[in-house]
Amino acid sequence: MSADSGKELRIVGFLCNWCSYGGADTAGVGRFQQPTDLRIIRVPCSGRVDPLFVLKSLVNGADGVLVSGCHPRDCHYSEGNYYARRRLEVLKRFLPVLGIDTRRFEYTWVSASEGQKWKTVVEKFTEGIHELGPAPVIDATMIAKAQILAATAL
Amino acid sequence: MSSSLSYAYYPGCSGQGTSIEYEQSSQAVCKALGITLQEIPDWSCCGSTPAHTVDHTLSAALSARNLGQAEGMIVNGVITPCPSCLTNLKTASHRMKDETFRAKTNALLEKPVNNTLPIMSVLQVIYEQVGPEKLKEKVVRPLTGMKLAPYYGCIMNRPPDVMDFDDCENPIAMDRLMEALGIEITPFPLKVECCGASYGVARKDIVMHLSGKLLDAAEDCGAEAMVTACPLCQMNLDLRQGQINSANKTNHAMPIFYYTQLIGMALGLDEADLGMKKLCVDPGKAFRKMEARKAEALEESVVRRSGN
Amino acid sequence: MKIGVFVCHCGSNIAGTVDVVKVAEEARKLPDVAFASDTMYACSEPGQDGIINAIKDLDLDGVVVASCTPRMHEPTFRKTLERAGLNRYMFEMANIREHVSWVGKDKEANTKKALDLVAMAVAKLTQGKALISKKFDINKRVLVIGGGVAGIQAALDCADGGLDVILVEKTTSIGGKMSKLDKTFPTVDCSSCILGPKMVDVAQHPNITLYAASEVEKIDGYVGNYQVAITKKATYVDWDACTGCGLCMEKCPSKKSTDYFNEEVGTTTAINILFPQAIPKKASIDADFCIKLIKDKCGICAKVCPTNAIQYDQQDEIVTEPVGAIIVATGYDLFDYTKYGEYGGGRYPDVITSMQYERLLSASGPTGGHVKRPSDGKEPKTIVFIQCVGSRDKSIGRPYCSGFCCMYTAKQAILTKDHMPDSQSYVFYMDIRAPGKLYDEFIRRAMEEYGTQYVRGRVSMLYPKNGSLVVRGADTLLGKQVEIEADLVVLAVGAESAVGASKLAEKLRISYDNYGFYMESHPKLRPVETNTAGVFLAGSCQGPKDIPQSVGQGSAAAAKVLVLFSKDQLESDPQVSVVDIKRCVGCGKCIETCPFGAIEEIDFRGMTKSNVIETICQGCGICTSTCPQGAIQLQNFTDNQILAEVNVLCQQTLEKSFE
Repeated sequence: MSADSGKELRIVGFLCNWCSYGGADTAGVGRFQQPTDLRIIRVPCSGRVDPLFVLKSLVNGADGVLVSGCHPRDCHYSEGNYYARRRLEVLKRFLPVLGIDTRRFEYTWVSASEGQKWKTVVEKFTEGIHELGPAPVIDATMIAKAQILAATAL
Repeated sequence: MSSSLSYAYYPGCSGQGTSIEYEQSSQAVCKALGITLQEIPDWSCCGSTPAHTVDHTLSAALSARNLGQAEGMIVNGVITPCPSCLTNLKTASHRMKDETFRAKTNALLEKPVNNTLPIMSVLQVIYEQVGPEKLKEKVVRPLTGMKLAPYYGCIMNRPPDVMDFDDCENPIAMDRLMEALGIEITPFPLKVECCGASYGVARKDIVMHLSGKLLDAAEDCGAEAMVTACPLCQMNLDLRQGQINSANKTNHAMPIFYYTQLIGMALGLDEADLGMKKLCVDPGKAFRKMEARKAEALEESVVRRSGN
Repeated sequence: MKIGVFVCHCGSNIAGTVDVVKVAEEARKLPDVAFASDTMYACSEPGQDGIINAIKDLDLDGVVVASCTPRMHEPTFRKTLERAGLNRYMFEMANIREHVSWVGKDKEANTKKALDLVAMAVAKLTQGKALISKKFDINKRVLVIGGGVAGIQAALDCADGGLDVILVEKTTSIGGKMSKLDKTFPTVDCSSCILGPKMVDVAQHPNITLYAASEVEKIDGYVGNYQVAITKKATYVDWDACTGCGLCMEKCPSKKSTDYFNEEVGTTTAINILFPQAIPKKASIDADFCIKLIKDKCGICAKVCPTNAIQYDQQDEIVTEPVGAIIVATGYDLFDYTKYGEYGGGRYPDVITSMQYERLLSASGPTGGHVKRPSDGKEPKTIVFIQCVGSRDKSIGRPYCSGFCCMYTAKQAILTKDHMPDSQSYVFYMDIRAPGKLYDEFIRRAMEEYGTQYVRGRVSMLYPKNGSLVVRGADTLLGKQVEIEADLVVLAVGAESAVGASKLAEKLRISYDNYGFYMESHPKLRPVETNTAGVFLAGSCQGPKDIPQSVGQGSAAAAKVLVLFSKDQLESDPQVSVVDIKRCVGCGKCIETCPFGAIEEIDFRGMTKSNVIETICQGCGICTSTCPQGAIQLQNFTDNQILAEVNVLCQQTLEKSFE
C-alpha cells in the first residue's frame, strides 16, 4: 500500500508484545479514539527492534516511526528495553547524518495498563508528524543533487 | 538592603481604610526585617469578592492590570498582605497560564501581561525568606506568656493548587512565626474555617453564627487572644465582637491582632507604627495577663534556683 | 504459498466502523492469497469450522485472521489450524479491533488501515515457516508467595493435590490481614475460628514447607523449572529449638516495641510471638527494640529460655528452592489516611483506622475486646464511621473502589452495638456497594435492627471540642450540613497494593497497573493467570478482594497449577532463537546480551559457534538484533518477517526513483 495522498501520513510503530502492544489494546478496550495514521508491527520486545528496521522504514517512505516498550525496570525479559534505549538513542543522533529529521523518529515507554497514555502518545506523535508534513520523496532531482554533493565532496 | 528581598507591593483597598493598622504594621515589619516594598504604581482594585462572581475574564483583567503594572519593576515578585487580593491575583495568574484565556484577558488591557512574576502573601515571604529562626534572633521584646489562637481564614491556603503555600487543612506558618516571638500557640482546630466574610453586610446572622463559633472555640482551647492575617476576618471578629456577643448571648472580650502587629511589638517597633490603638477590643487585658504570667515564671525560676 | 484470509465482523464491534467485506475483497488481490472472506465471528464454532473447511478444500498453507488482538485469540486459532492438519505457526493475526475499529470512527480510514494490517500479516506469513515444539521435564513443586487466606488456600489445595508446596511468608506468622479481624461479614462468625484450623492444617501438612519471616530474593528460570532464592530473615531465635512457650515474652524488659499485629494500638515486647494463634508459634526478636542487640546489655531472654533457643548472632540466610510454578498471593496494604488533612492528618488520637478498631473489638486484642478509645481509655458512646477513606477519590490518586469497606463498616457498626448496647453509630457513605450473597441484607440489618444512622455525604472536617470530636459533613439527601459530636471516629481505609509489590513484580517478570496491583492475563477469562507462563495470582495482589473472593482465587490458582502439572512434560514454545551455523562467526555477542544465559558457545568442527538452549530461551530476540551477521534468528520474528511487514508499509525504493 502506498502512503496516502490524502490527509493520512505513513507512520510505523514497533511495539513490544508485553507492555506497549498491550497498552494499545487497553486503549482499544477503553475506546480511546486516536488518529488512524499509525500501523503497528508487533515484536516480542523493544530489544528486538533492530535500528535498521527504523531506518529502512524511514528511507523507504515512512513519514514517522515510533518504537514503544516497557518502562525501564519493567521489561518482561528483564533488560531488553535497556538495549533498545541505547540503540535507539544512538540511532537518533545518527539520523541527521543521513539527512533525516530526528523528529520523525521517537521511542517511548508505555505499560499494558496505560491505555490513556498510549492514546496521548499516538496523538502527540501523529500531530508532530503532521506538522512536519510528508517525508521528502527521493526523486530524480534529489538523486542528482546527492550525486553532485558526493562528487564535490571527493 | 539586600536586593534579594525586593518586592512589588500591592496594598489593597482595605489597607487604606478598615485595616489601615494591618497596612502600617506590615510596612513597618517588612522594613525591620529587610524586605523592601516598592508600591506598584497606580494600582487599582483587584475586583475583590464581587468581580469573579460576575465574569471570570473581567475579574482576571482587574487583577492582571496590577500584575502588568508590576512587570518592568526590578523585583522578585508581587506581594500583598490581604488574602482576598492574593486569591484574586493568583487566580488571575493561574488562569492566564492558559494561552486562550491570557489572550482574552490581555485584549481588555492597555498593556498586555506576560504573567511571569510570582505572587505571594507578605506572610509567605516572611515565613519562607526570613523564617522563624532569623525572626527569633531579631526579637528584642519576647511576648512570652501570651496564649494565642492562630486563625488563618478560609482562603489564605485554599484552593491548594492555586495558592501553593502551607498545608491547606492545617497551616502552620503563622504558628511558627508566633512561637518565634515566644508566644504559646493553642491547638486551635478552626484555623481555616470561614468567618462569614462579606456576609457581614447582607446576612449579618451568618457572621454572628460563624464568627461566634470561632470565638467560642478559641476561648475553649484556652486562648486569650486571636491572631489573623486577613482584614475581613479581623473586622468580623474584632469590630463585630459586640454584635456577636449580643446575638449569641456570649461575653467575649477577645483581642484580635494582626500577626504583623505582634511581630512588630516583639521587634520593639514603635506602637504608633503598628496601629494598636485601632483595635476595637482592647488588647490591654491580654498584655497584662502576659506580663503577669511572665512575672510568675520568673518568680518560679528564682524559687527553683534558690531551692537548689 | 496459498494463504487464506478471514476477516471477522465481531458482530458490530469491527463491522460497525470497518467495511469488512471490502477488506476481504481487497485482500483477495494480495500476492499469495488464495482465498479471502468475511465471517461473523471467526472464533465461534461455525467460524472456526469455516477456517478448517477452507484449509482442507483449498489446500491452504497458511491462515491470516483479521479480528481482535492476538493477545486474546491467537492460541484459539492456532489450535484451529492444528485441527485442520496445518502447523500452528503458519498463522498470523491482524488486530483490526483493538487497534482499528475501537479507536477510530472514520470508516474509510479504518477500512484502509485494516487492509494495511491484513497485508502486513500476509507478507509476514509468506516469510514464516512451520515450527515444532520440544518437550521438557518439569519440576512438580509449587511456590506460594504470601501466607494470607488466599495463599493458605492455594497452598492447601496444591498440597492436597499431591504437590510439594513451598509457602513463603514475610512476617513471622501466616494468617495475613484476616488473622487481625475480629469477626467476618455477613455471617458475623469469628475470624480466627474459621482461619485458625486452616493455619494449623498448613503447619501439619506433610507436603507443605513453610518459610515464615522470609522473602523471595531472586527468581531464575522458566515455567516448569524455576530456581527461587529465599531469604530467611534473622529472627535471633533458633526456631528448631523454640517451643513457643512464651516465657521470654513475659520477662522481656523492652515493653515498648511496636506492635505491628495490633496495628500499633498498644505495644508489645521486643521478643514476641506475633499473636497467640500464630503459625509457626515461634518467638522472634525485633532488632529495633532489643536492648541486647542495640546496647549489648540485658540478655534476659537467653537466660530464661528453657531450650536455649536465643541466638543474638543469627544472620539472614539464603536458601534455594527449585519449583515448577509460582502462585503470588501477596495481598494488600491499607491506605495511609494521614494524607487527608480534613480528618486531622493523624493529629487526633481518637481518629483510628478500621483495622485498629478491629483490634479493639477483638477479644484477643490489646484491650481484651473492650472498646476503649485511645486518648483516655473511655468507652465511646457515639461512634462515627467515615467510608471511602482512600477509595473513589481522584484527588489523592485512588480512583478505584476498594470493594469491601461498605461491608466491614456495617459489620463494625453491628459489633459496636453488640459490645455497647447504649452506643449510637453513624456512617458517612458515598454509595453502598453490597453486591454479594446476603450482603445487602446485612447492610439492611445494620440500619434497621441495629439502628445505625447512615448519612449519605462526605465529611469536610473534624475538630476537637470538649473532649469529643465534632464531625462535620454534608447530608446530601437532606441537602443540609450535619455536625455530630463523636467520642470515636473510625476511618474505613481503603486497600492499596502491598508495599514492595512492584519490586516483586520485577523479579517475577509480571506486569502491574498504575496502582501496583498485578495484571491478570485477561480481566474476564484468565483472572488468575499472568502473562508469564507458570506464574499465577490469588487474592488481593490483583485488586482489592474480600475473603470469599480471595479464597476462591486461591483455589482457582491451585487448580491452574494442578492442570499445568497434570502432564509430566511441557511443550516448549518453539518461537525461540535459532543459529544459522554457516553464518555464525563465533563472536559471542549474543551470549553476552542474552538475559537468560540461554546461549552457549560450542565447538563446531574446530570453530567456535553459538548455540541456543531451546528450553531456556524465552524468545525476546535481543540476540537477533545484536548479531552482526544476522546469523541468529528469533523464529516467527525473523528479520525477514519483520522487514516484510515494513515493506508493505514503506514501498518507496531507490530503484523506482531512478526510473
